[in-house]
Amino acid sequence: MTIAFASGKGGTGKTTFSVAFALSADDNVTFLDCDVEEPDSHFFIKPEITGNEKITVPVPVVDSGKCTGCGRCAKVCRFNAITMLGKKPLIFHELCHSCGGCSIACPEKAVSEIQIGTGVISSGIRDHISFYQGLLDIGNTKSPPLIKAVKKKGDGASLVIIDSPPGTSCPMVTALKGADYTVLVTEPAPFALNDLKIAVETVRILGIPFGVVINKSDHPFPQTEEYCRKEAIPVLLKVPEKRAAAEGYSSGESIIKIFPGLGDEIKKAISTIKKEAVR
Amino acid sequence: MNDKKKAKQIVIISGKGGTGKTSITASFAALSRDSVLADCDVDAADLHLVASPRRIAVNSFISGNEAVISPDICTGCGRCSDLCRFEAVSRDESTGKYFVLPVSCEGCGVCVDNCPAGAIDFPQRRCGEWMISETKYGTMVHSRLDAGAENSGKLVTLVRNEAVNAAEKESADLILIDGPPGIGCPVIASLTGTDYILAVTEPTMSGRHDLMRVLDLAGHFKIPVFVCINKWDINPEITKDIEKLSAEKNAEILGRIPYDMNITLAQIKGISAVEITDSIAAKEITAIWKKLKQKIL
Ligand code: SF4
Ligand code: SF4
Repeated sequence: MTIAFASGKGGTGKTTFSVAFALSADDNVTFLDCDVEEPDSHFFIKPEITGNEKITVPVPVVDSGKCTGCGRCAKVCRFNAITMLGKKPLIFHELCHSCGGCSIACPEKAVSEIQIGTGVISSGIRDHISFYQGLLDIGNTKSPPLIKAVKKKGDGASLVIIDSPPGTSCPMVTALKGADYTVLVTEPAPFALNDLKIAVETVRILGIPFGVVINKSDHPFPQTEEYCRKEAIPVLLKVPEKRAAAEGYSSGESIIKIFPGLGDEIKKAISTIKKEAVR
Repeated sequence: MNDKKKAKQIVIISGKGGTGKTSITASFAALSRDSVLADCDVDAADLHLVASPRRIAVNSFISGNEAVISPDICTGCGRCSDLCRFEAVSRDESTGKYFVLPVSCEGCGVCVDNCPAGAIDFPQRRCGEWMISETKYGTMVHSRLDAGAENSGKLVTLVRNEAVNAAEKESADLILIDGPPGIGCPVIASLTGTDYILAVTEPTMSGRHDLMRVLDLAGHFKIPVFVCINKWDINPEITKDIEKLSAEKNAEILGRIPYDMNITLAQIKGISAVEITDSIAAKEITAIWKKLKQKIL
């Protein structure tokens, strides 16, 4: 069973709640931080990191001895990663999507692939949590291959919790794909509601059952709950704003320490999710 | 017109979301009036919620292509699914034919080029729309990415370029760019060619950590960067630490904004934070804006 935490916009508490769910779960949890541009969950889970694994992607190289300069490779590449400089193909690895099209297309079999780094997966353990996080190399523009590699670490685990990247575009979709349930974390405010609606549309396209956690639920903005009611979206949990929560967050303290009883509410939410996900 | 100076561009980014980046951008817009606004936070475009835009032009955002298999021509050989590295092609068990899942298709065209039956079409893909609007703060270029659509980096570039065009037309001095979160593809697209970066952060462990990634990125592209710390008083210790670390990375601190519920209240009222004049945050944001203006204009 895989539960992914997402939010259209960052900063609503996605990491706060994915961590709180992992810490409160009774079962063993595999926690996957797929927010590879800014993985933050380790501040709260505080795992002992025991492994670092470099993740690579295949990119083409040309054997100049075999290349006749026909330009097929540059022609098939949809991402302009290959340009012909006269009769010499020039390859821009940072534009390459690793589709393999050029090596299939080359009539001389002059194009082969090498592996280059895209990021690092760190792993560790804390109590009942097996922890994995991806960290994208600086200056790298494409996170999906790394996100996919992090997700593989959850294969075969009984309960997987994913902290996904913010937004609703390719990285978020890559993180969510295949999850059994998605928890959308929001707060009652106009920006967050706007972003929630887009996230809901995306999760619906992916066909994943989902519910909402409302953080800072005491803000004077009833429109968020009205929206959930109208759309028949289950509200799994509501947590009011507390300055102590912001302060605790700032120094890496989980929200379950701030609100006594929240751990039990989360356990209940997890069993609700288990029921909803199989429907 | 050609002897006009080019408008300066400043991108407001934050690394992690929720630090108040958009509230601050909107406040600067309200304070400056004659700047052009660009909402490059295309995944979570929120600036329009306070800027009250009136759309004057709406365009589709077309980017790349997507593979579509005609079931009538498909012979069910499965070559497409063998070659696709994005797990976008599946077999329909009832018909034995193959089909492409649009959200997974990367648009690489490998299946299109290699289908022995020529069964795969490759139409252009609509990914969203972009608009030019008049707002109470001036001209704004913004967009809406379709749910789950890809290519947000390209949309960021498009929005920025259109803002540059608009600024040229109006002879504006400054383009205020609300940047995307993170440090990946969309952020890099928002930074290329910009003159300055303002990083908005908060004094949390993750805020500090993400800010360092942003400063490294700014260093990588050699763009001058300023920092301001929102909600600085929720953790004065980390605030001090951030100031020290920023100085080490040659980023100038422009100010500290206190924790103030008025920032959220302004949002709920649909106005920018500085329009609630008696708020302490508004005072600080105004002071930061004055300093910034001096530095860059
Ligand atoms: S692998 Fe695909 S994206 Fe990369 S250079 Fe070759 S054709 Fe272009
Ligand atoms: S275009 Fe590329 S990504 Fe899309 S289905 Fe074909 S092979 Fe897969």
